[in-house]
Amino acid sequence: MEQKFTQEELEKRFQDKIDKDIRIEPNDWMPDAYRKTLVRQISQHAHSEIVGMLPEGNWITRAPNLRRKAVLLAKVQDEAGHGLYLYSAVETLGTDREETIDDLHTGKAKYSSIFNYPTVSWADMGAIGWLVDGAAIMNQVPLCRCSYGPYARAMVRVCKEESFHQRQGFEIMTTLANGTPEQKEMAQDALNRFWWPSLMMFGPNDDESPNSAQSMKWKVKRFSNDELRQMFVDATVPQAELIGLTVPDKDIKFNKETGHYDFGEINWDEFWDVVKGNGPCNEDRVNTRRAAKENGEWVREAATAYAEKRRLKVAG
Amino acid sequence: MKNSDWPLWEVFIRSKQGLNHKHAGSLRAADAEMAIENARDVYTRRSEGISIWVVESNQVHASDPSDMDSLFEPSNTKVYRHPTFYEVPDGITHM
Repeated sequence: MEQKFTQEELEKRFQDKIDKDIRIEPNDWMPDAYRKTLVRQISQHAHSEIVGMLPEGNWITRAPNLRRKAVLLAKVQDEAGHGLYLYSAVETLGTDREETIDDLHTGKAKYSSIFNYPTVSWADMGAIGWLVDGAAIMNQVPLCRCSYGPYARAMVRVCKEESFHQRQGFEIMTTLANGTPEQKEMAQDALNRFWWPSLMMFGPNDDESPNSAQSMKWKVKRFSNDELRQMFVDATVPQAELIGLTVPDKDIKFNKETGHYDFGEINWDEFWDVVKGNGPCNEDRVNTRRAAKENGEWVREAATAYAEKRRLKVAG
Repeated sequence: MKNSDWPLWEVFIRSKQGLNHKHAGSLRAADAEMAIENARDVYTRRSEGISIWVVESNQVHASDPSDMDSLFEPSNTKVYRHPTFYEVPDGITHM
């Protein structure tokens, strides 16, 4: 049936659907560039969930009490699930799951740079939940209305599950900020280290982000990087003030005219340096993932052999 | 051995007794038992369900999206399929 349309007609029909907010589903016709953009974006998102387990996994055995430990475990388990939803969504675009995962292990695929920073104190669990999950939620809520059905549905599930992640982080920060001077200092130090990398999570400024316009036209993206970053700053600065912590930016100031907070210049050299692989933990993160796959190989082999054996038994 | 040798399974969840199973997502697993165990861990951590079905994805046959217009044409000419098409005298209740 599709042969009766020219390429241009197909593209027009596709864009009409998008303009009418009709979702695109896996078997629908879509332009190659749309497919490619989604594969890149969703797989990066999946990798970020999976690599994102590592900085927090670092503190599971050292959580200060059983409640915090149970919460952190639940959060990290959620992230594994979110990675799975997203890998499944990528697969609907006709990719091979193992290849997608191997792209992470060979360094071909990227993931969110924030996870290339180390977690050196317990307070970092607070800062990550509050800031990193907070920034991720800012990004993910509009993705629930993304034009690609499987991605949007995965995001609905992720957002629902993630609503506790930010709260638990803020609770850790609040507890530390109200604790001893040393504990408050820990919280402030974590905020100091994670603030700027969190702002970088929204990506380059709009004028440096050449693919954004196309993604907006396709409704893969609903807000620009700078719009989302501003929403995050506006939401977060008063939260820091409320618990007596100081955002490490001397230029932060509420602008009565715009109704938004003005903030300082982001160090984009640092951002690009970490993206290129020179962050404090890039090598460690990828090596850990690669080792996890290699060390789990015998388990996957055994499961396959067991399944095969049972199949033969049933077949008699 | 490749993980992708494991089949893909579609997961259906019954959220509570009396409701139908609804598609929740997919996952890879070596066999049906593992698919159910994994589906339980991935899709029902917050009381989303009380029953799980898994079906190998390659067993699902789907209609062709390009046939959508002809298959699901709303049949607006066949208004008599709807109860509002019929005249009911005043005073008649329970119909």
